Amino acid sequence: MAGLELLSDQGYRVDGRRAGELRKIQARMGVFAQADGSAYIEQGNTKALAVVYGPHEIRGSRARALPDRALVNCQYSSATFSTGERKRRPHGDRKSCEMGLQLRQTFEAAILTQLHPRSQIDIYVQVLQADGGTYAACVNAATLAVLDAGIPMRDFVCACSAGFVDGTALADLSHVEEAAGGPQLALALLPASGQIALLEMDARLHEDHLEQVLEAAARASRDVHTVLDRVVRQHVQEASVLLGD
Amino acid sequence: MLKSKTFLKKTRAGGVMKIVREHYLRDDIGCGASGCAVCDGAHEGPVLELQPLDRASSLCPQPHYLLPDTNVLLHQIDVLEDPAIRNVIVLQTVLQEVRNRSAPVYKRIRDMTNNQEKHFYTFTNEHHRETYVEQLQGENSNDRNDRAIRVAAKWYNEHLKNMSAENRLQVIFITNDRKNKEKAIEEGIPAFTCEEYIKSLTANPELIDRLACLSEEGNEIESGKTIFSEHLPLSKLQQGIKSGTYLQGTFRASRENYLEATVWVHSDDEDNKEILLQGLKNLNRAIHEDIVAVELLPKHQWVAPSSVVLQDEGQNEDDIEKEEERECILKTAVNEKMLKPTGRVVGIIKRNWRPYCGMLSKSDIKESRRHLFTPADKRIPRIRIETRQASTLEGRRIIVAVDGWPRNSRYPNGHFVKNLGEVGDKETETEVLLLEHDVPHQAFSQAVLSFLPKMPWSITEKDMKNREDLRHLCVCSVDPPGCTDIDDALHCRELENGNLEVGVHIADVSHFIRPGNALDQESARRGTTVYLCEKRIDMVPELLSSNLCSLRSNVDRLAFSCIWEMTHNAEILKTRFTKSVINSKASLTYAEAQMRIDSAAMNDNITTSLRGLNKLAKILKKKKKKKK
Repeated sequence: MAGLELLSDQGYRVDGRRAGELRKIQARMGVFAQADGSAYIEQGNTKALAVVYGPHEIRGSRARALPDRALVNCQYSSATFSTGERKRRPHGDRKSCEMGLQLRQTFEAAILTQLHPRSQIDIYVQVLQADGGTYAACVNAATLAVLDAGIPMRDFVCACSAGFVDGTALADLSHVEEAAGGPQLALALLPASGQIALLEMDARLHEDHLEQVLEAAARASRDVHTVLDRVVRQHVQEASVLLGD
Repeated sequence: MLKSKTFLKKTRAGGVMKIVREHYLRDDIGCGASGCAVCDGAHEGPVLELQPLDRASSLCPQPHYLLPDTNVLLHQIDVLEDPAIRNVIVLQTVLQEVRNRSAPVYKRIRDMTNNQEKHFYTFTNEHHRETYVEQLQGENSNDRNDRAIRVAAKWYNEHLKNMSAENRLQVIFITNDRKNKEKAIEEGIPAFTCEEYIKSLTANPELIDRLACLSEEGNEIESGKTIFSEHLPLSKLQQGIKSGTYLQGTFRASRENYLEATVWVHSDDEDNKEILLQGLKNLNRAIHEDIVAVELLPKHQWVAPSSVVLQDEGQNEDDIEKEEERECILKTAVNEKMLKPTGRVVGIIKRNWRPYCGMLSKSDIKESRRHLFTPADKRIPRIRIETRQASTLEGRRIIVAVDGWPRNSRYPNGHFVKNLGEVGDKETETEVLLLEHDVPHQAFSQAVLSFLPKMPWSITEKDMKNREDLRHLCVCSVDPPGCTDIDDALHCRELENGNLEVGVHIADVSHFIRPGNALDQESARRGTTVYLCEKRIDMVPELLSSNLCSLRSNVDRLAFSCIWEMTHNAEILKTRFTKSVINSKASLTYAEAQMRIDSAAMNDNITTSLRGLNKLAKILKKKKKKKK
């Protein structure tokens, strides 16, 4: 039995998208009333929930406080039911720590930490269903949550994954495409300036193809930005209606 | 629009996993017909011809496209490959099924789709909003696929109707499944079986011969009694192999004796067992190179390999008793020591059939259309084919493909594929040899030829960069007479410091053939140039092998050189490698070179160079002998 054909001769992927098309994105902000900021995003079948607390006093040791900036603290957790087979350890395993670190790097670059010295901003991301592109979904959810909390940022941080199959760069990989074993990279972008907040790749890719894949990921991130922008505007409009403006 | 596909899958460890996948439906997939204004904005350009007129079918007089279902595509691939069949719609559902069931047929379909002349269009019906079909409760996947194909055929007919009133293009559904055909006709789709349709093409009667006969049709000679025991299903075979009852191996028929064969058992430890099989019933319809499962017979039934040469001569194919008589000849009383492990085939794991070359032996009955085909390779059994061209084909070499071997038939069934030519004719026999030994010898395809450099070609400034200009050197080559593909050249000259400079220059083929392109892949596939008595099958197109890459005399050619500085005693002092441009001063034959060396009168640069090389060669040879 032959494996799944990732890219057909006519240019269609397993789920019917073309090479550069994104999956369906649905997002909501302000899902939890008790947190300072929260957001829920669905990218295809990948569902991520982000919650933001802050800026507030440093918890724990006061010595960790930075005199001129805020401390950004990220924690990543994936639910035990998020993958096909039930996972045993939701917290503290290697992958969660690494993801937390990557998210922290991403958001330290985007949040204007200078405005809140000696304080702490907590970002908690929980993946409810993982179907490829979990890092991207987490970053997008966290962006919306930070915006919901009212913490000033340089720009949206929009992320997307990209891969390379048969000489074509694919954007927004699903689990099937990731599991196929080809090269894949994750890109977090600040769309207005085109600056890269984080670029991560853990595979082998010929340097001649890097430009093409990077271009595809950047284009896809900008498309994600369009969607997130619309979500934020809609949320603000709803909120202002409720306030009776 | 987004749909979701959910199904359960069995993991290798034996567990069950639930798989959920997204399935997007699009409305920008085109129908592929040339005249369709609605689908103009689609991604794929129109492929199907506007007026598919050249197929005059008595069943369907209007211009029409064909839409085959999976089994037709799998079994009747030879008919579809015929140049007379064009304008076919291949559905994504059908293509995926073919891909999962047969990789060689899938490859052939892809080749046909890429061929512009055939006008084959792949319609992505699973992702088209109007032709997507969801699996109903209690419906199995085969029925669901059949329904998807019918929905797509119906949609096509509706869609093409809207195209233009006078055109009246139709889409004909071709299926061999009776139930499917009835359902299609009920829904208003014009449907025919493959046989009906091909027979109706009055302009091309030779297509009928290329139809593969299938056992459901009930067309074979039934001797009434089942000769062979049933093959066990794959699951039972796997169980048996795991538990050790059965052994898996490659079936190798004996060239001398058609009633005998050996099975080479695959095993991890070094001793590969060989199991002997004797007798038609024990061979149980396995054909040379199939992967089979065998069961060892108890020790008192073991036999020795026979020393008799037996050929399958019988014209009367159903005389099983005669076969059994012959089998007794094999079982002569032998020494215990000569006995080998014997077994019988219980099931076939993988068939490795390919089209076979050979000759037709006409049946005695004059009006009969069934004949026996004898392959050139003695290890393959004779094949029964049905053809009307028996009189034309008698005494000619033909290619036949095997379709199947039912339990009640003495010979496998097959169908005629191609007529090669007269027996004994040089061209034909060469063709047979090349086909039987799997030597790729077709002309280079357009795709491959497109990578050749355009003529007239000359060395440009860019080429000269990074290359040493050695055109002033007195380089020469020595090759057999009549050789056009000169691949190496040498030179030898005396340096001012008394040492000799020796150079070997080889043609720089890598400049013309870049890694990975079609030309590179085709050359890699061929592997070598095959030299036959009267012709030569090139590994690389002639433009390169005999012209641009050949180090002919008196032309500038790109080369890769290795240059040594040696003493007169053949000791190497310095070595260097470089890309270069050379200009060979003479392409000599062995006789010419020897003459020059021997003639005392000739003392020009080339001759001194040859003498120098000869001297060094002798010294080096002596050194080699001394080492030994």
